[in-house]
Amino acid sequence: MLAVQLAALLAGDSGNAGDGAGEALALLDGFDDALVHGLARLADERADAVTALAAAFAATPLGDRLAEAADAVVSGSITQEHLRALAGGRVALSGAVHDALLESLDTALGRERAEWPAAPDGPGTAGDAGAQPAGNVLGGVRSWLRELAITGWRGVDHDLVSAADQVIEALLAAPDLHRLAVLLDGFAAELRACCPIGPAEHLPVRRWADLWTRALLLSQDGVLTGEPRSATTVSGRLLALGVDVHEHGTAVQFQVHAVLEPAGGGRSRLVRTSVTVAKVDTIVGPALWKLAQRHKVLLAALADGRSVEITDMPLLDSGDLVWDDDRAFVSKPADPLATARLCLPGALAPAVPPLDRVPVRIAEPVLVEGYKVTKDGSFDLGGTVLAVDAERLPDCGPLTPKLVAASSACVGLVRWDAGRWTLQPLAVQAKVKREAVVAATGDWALGPTDPKAAKAEARAADAVTVLRERAGRLLRR
Amino acid sequence: MVPPVQPRKLAKVPFVELADGRLQGVVSSGSDIGRVYVSSIAAGTHNYNCSTNNNRPCGGLYGSPCKHLRALVAEAVVQYGADRVARYLRVEVPEGEELADCLGGAHEPAPAAVVFSRFLRHLAYLEVPDTTLPIPELHWFPATGTVS
Ligand SMILES: [Zn+2]
Repeated sequence: MLAVQLAALLAGDSGNAGDGAGEALALLDGFDDALVHGLARLADERADAVTALAAAFAATPLGDRLAEAADAVVSGSITQEHLRALAGGRVALSGAVHDALLESLDTALGRERAEWPAAPDGPGTAGDAGAQPAGNVLGGVRSWLRELAITGWRGVDHDLVSAADQVIEALLAAPDLHRLAVLLDGFAAELRACCPIGPAEHLPVRRWADLWTRALLLSQDGVLTGEPRSATTVSGRLLALGVDVHEHGTAVQFQVHAVLEPAGGGRSRLVRTSVTVAKVDTIVGPALWKLAQRHKVLLAALADGRSVEITDMPLLDSGDLVWDDDRAFVSKPADPLATARLCLPGALAPAVPPLDRVPVRIAEPVLVEGYKVTKDGSFDLGGTVLAVDAERLPDCGPLTPKLVAASSACVGLVRWDAGRWTLQPLAVQAKVKREAVVAATGDWALGPTDPKAAKAEARAADAVTVLRERAGRLLRR
Repeated sequence: MVPPVQPRKLAKVPFVELADGRLQGVVSSGSDIGRVYVSSIAAGTHNYNCSTNNNRPCGGLYGSPCKHLRALVAEAVVQYGADRVARYLRVEVPEGEELADCLGGAHEPAPAAVVFSRFLRHLAYLEVPDTTLPIPELHWFPATGTVS
């Protein structure tokens, strides 16, 4: 990312996502505030906010259904169908914000993005055969989400949170619904940690409304059971740019951003490949990699800084490679900064699936260099300042705010967070004791190379052993 | 977001949580490897209970908290930090004093089965198969570095 590109991104409309996006965000704020107090207790202005959300769609095919839903909810009749319509409206609004943001980012970067292929038939028709048992479980999810919406965040108590446990357990037993289980588990744990929620407590209003909406969307029949969409298979050389780590109490996702150079030539593409493992809250830090050790080739490539040759690996339209260790082998050394320098500029970015058009999912790999680090750790690029999100540095890798502040080049993900663009570092080139080093979030995939971290890891790895022993003794009695 | 917990040794107290209005958890028996104790302290009242997972009362409760309850509090402080535990239990800890010494409360029977089944559910996560399909929802849950 050049200074002029950053300046273009932060200047003018794109910095605040444009006027239309501003209006959409205001409508979201109104609706999200209604969820704070619960749809059963809509005071005048909160009822107006629900009506306003619906009114924004008056001229669209969604208009009638949304208007009807808003009227019903305001008058106290809150059915699943009404909630689905309102959530649909909220999804459409954040989708519009997402599109405006991503377009301004792509334009600033000069990045070309693939088109989402038109669906040959309606969504979700593929998995209908298995939809019936899922339907019962999903009905349970929808009931719980309805209770939440009626009660509002301020009314959430231990009983309401605990009611999610059974639902999540049933979801975990159905592989098709795993994604929803992971989402609900993280959401419920947050509500639990805040319980009982006092009247004065500051709440993550947008975030919880996002999670609620997302869960409601995924709990509709056919949305998850219809996935994944058709995939092609690809072969070629995979060059990692870095690992984005996502984590809550019971799950961790290692999401590798990489450039794929197709075998036999052709245009390089930006891809991701992910491994998600279940965990418990007491397993943290470098020990997390242990849970993913089944994927030896991927972890070895990350730890040793090497490229990977892949053969016939499935690639989803979303740009996600479905990792399979059996179709990959570790190849020549490859440094993420060199990869970013040489391969990022011409690579084709993947299309965004319609359901995933949410601002939080924007995570575009870029290379930044030639910056000065400001006092608060931001990067000053020829007078334009890009905020560095050091809070997203995972503790299962060697990147620290200090190392990032000592860096001269950085591969990171551009994100849009709380109304501004930020950079989440994935790999840096820095000087440590006068020696140039390259450090990346995936360096410890085969175990920490730093002695202090290695000691902490030994302690945490012991946690996995203890819990496995307890599980062996107590679970199967 | 939920503040990250600190790593700790799990052999003695494999499970601790702040949930359902209690600090509750599971403590391994020192003498019988197949036995565990379920210990809990209620927020506000600080009434406590300790029993085996089969609901047999703990022999160590002689009008004061047993060693299992003391271990539970100590490990909760490591895992969550003293402040978070004190806030949850609603206990004032004067400067220089230990949280465990500031709890009043009396013995009050509480159901062990619920806590024990939550522990089993906790253990069952280690048996959930991994997946290489993307989970876009996890973008809402960034990894956060713990202070170390
Ligand atoms: Zn006891």
